[in-house]
Amino acid sequence: MSDDLSAMYQELILDHSRRRVGQRTLEAADASHHELNPTCGDEITLQVTAGAATGAVGELAWHGNGCSISMASASILAELAADRPGTDLRPLIDEFRTMMHSRGRGEPDDSALGDAVVFHGTSKYVMRVKCAMLAWVALEKCLDALPAGPAATADA
Amino acid sequence: MAPMTLSDTTVALTDAEVAAIRSDFPALDARVNGHPLAYLDSGATAQRPLAVLDRERAFLLESNAAVHRGAHTLAGDATEAFEDARHTVAQFIGAGDDEVVWTANATDALNLVAHAFTAANRPGAVPDERLALRPGDEIVVTEAEHHANLIPWQQVAAATGATLRFVPVDDDGVWTMVDAAAVLTPRTRIIAVAHVSNVTGYTAPVAQLVAAAKELGAITVLDACQSAPHRPLDLGALGVDFAAFSSHKMLGPTGIGVLYGRQPLLDALPPFRTGGSMISTVTMESAEFLPAPQRFEAGTQPVSQAVALAEAVRYLDRVGLDRIEAREHELTTRMVDGLTGMPGIRLVGPRVGEQRTGIAAFDVAGVHAHDVGQLLDARGIAVRVGHHCAQPLHRRLGLTATTRASLYLYSTTDEVDRMLDAVSGVRAYFGAR
Repeated sequence: MSDDLSAMYQELILDHSRRRVGQRTLEAADASHHELNPTCGDEITLQVTAGAATGAVGELAWHGNGCSISMASASILAELAADRPGTDLRPLIDEFRTMMHSRGRGEPDDSALGDAVVFHGTSKYVMRVKCAMLAWVALEKCLDALPAGPAATADA
Repeated sequence: MAPMTLSDTTVALTDAEVAAIRSDFPALDARVNGHPLAYLDSGATAQRPLAVLDRERAFLLESNAAVHRGAHTLAGDATEAFEDARHTVAQFIGAGDDEVVWTANATDALNLVAHAFTAANRPGAVPDERLALRPGDEIVVTEAEHHANLIPWQQVAAATGATLRFVPVDDDGVWTMVDAAAVLTPRTRIIAVAHVSNVTGYTAPVAQLVAAAKELGAITVLDACQSAPHRPLDLGALGVDFAAFSSHKMLGPTGIGVLYGRQPLLDALPPFRTGGSMISTVTMESAEFLPAPQRFEAGTQPVSQAVALAEAVRYLDRVGLDRIEAREHELTTRMVDGLTGMPGIRLVGPRVGEQRTGIAAFDVAGVHAHDVGQLLDARGIAVRVGHHCAQPLHRRLGLTATTRASLYLYSTTDEVDRMLDAVSGVRAYFGAR
């Protein structure tokens, strides 16, 4: 198989596409968003509970159907969110989006992105960027829907 | 192209003839991801032969001008070429010149017909009886339609109070006249179906459907997108009232399609778009419309595209649609046989035989179609992945997306075999259980 293909489908991605960390349903979510890729019908419903600070989440859960890229991306996002309680996730989303729009250029910041750097190879494939972004866009919409946290109130 | 003398018109194109044809399509020589391109996505859009590109360029260099206006020499040349193109396409589909309307594409053509029904039945209007839709009247489509032949009819139903009904498909995505007969009633006013399904490749029993429609006094609309490029088509003989197809699926340019409308019915249709070039007399209060087809061709038309489409039609005529159909049938059988025997592969649509034309869509157990397509692309094989603008059909089949390989006159045995070989390795690559 070609190198480009293995750069995209790294073992970590294939593994997460099967394990699907965070694939469950929250009984009491503070925000929920359904994101659909109309070109292929892939979909994700992502739920969060509010975290201790603006942009942070308490719990993050998701369920959906889609390709290995979209499923693995949701799984890795859930793992990152679980590892970063109380942290504003917006800079992480911005960093991820920047990498996904890089067309495979540059070196992603793995200290910021953690395991999500594995999608750097996917960013070369413009047709698949939307797959990788699906869960992240859903999280962004959930954060928008959450009431402003204590940090935002302090800033205001 | 290489001159071809095709004496026996019942024999499939040979490998040598296909090789000669391929030399007319330089786009097929591309290398993709280190492999020779295997273009198996002609159902989405076809590649174009040099003759078509050359003809459009020559027109633009020698005869380009606005048509049906102006009196200078170029305007005359352009108008003549534009109307000659209409005649060529009309001959190709067994139609009269005044039964061929240029549209932007097949979607546009289907919208033109649908909106004409809505316009004819708008509040306060007294519709032509052939076009009348009253609350409780029924529009019938199938569960396998492309969105372009579904959503316009949903809109007509919503606007007129008519009811949209559908012919259900079986677990393979196939419907029969028995299924259709169970849905048709004396209230059926319009029957709109795909001639060949863009997902299953299933060929509809159009002649029987037209006979049933005539008994009910219903109007028939044929989505001929996947049939016009691939088999001889005589719409006049088939007896449908309207048909739509796109140029870019039959070796022609994008931006132009065809609406066929049987006369005098076509002349009864109110215009969809209004403006320049479609009127006879205009006052500040009102306008009189030209007869079809000009009535439906408001504004500047895709002139060089029409000229190029006519060249594409001439190309297809030279090769012979019957020979193309026979060749595609051989390759389709090869695809179907290969995919049917493969573990974890679920082919949708009819198994084999005359019912399937040039298309094989399938699901790979445990692997999403996007991932299948990506692996094939890494080997230079271009296929379509997704729902192919047929979400209700996929939902009925219990699938979100499928992988679709589709053929054309330039497709080779080797390309089909490469696709089959790549597909056979997909599940192992992704560790599907």
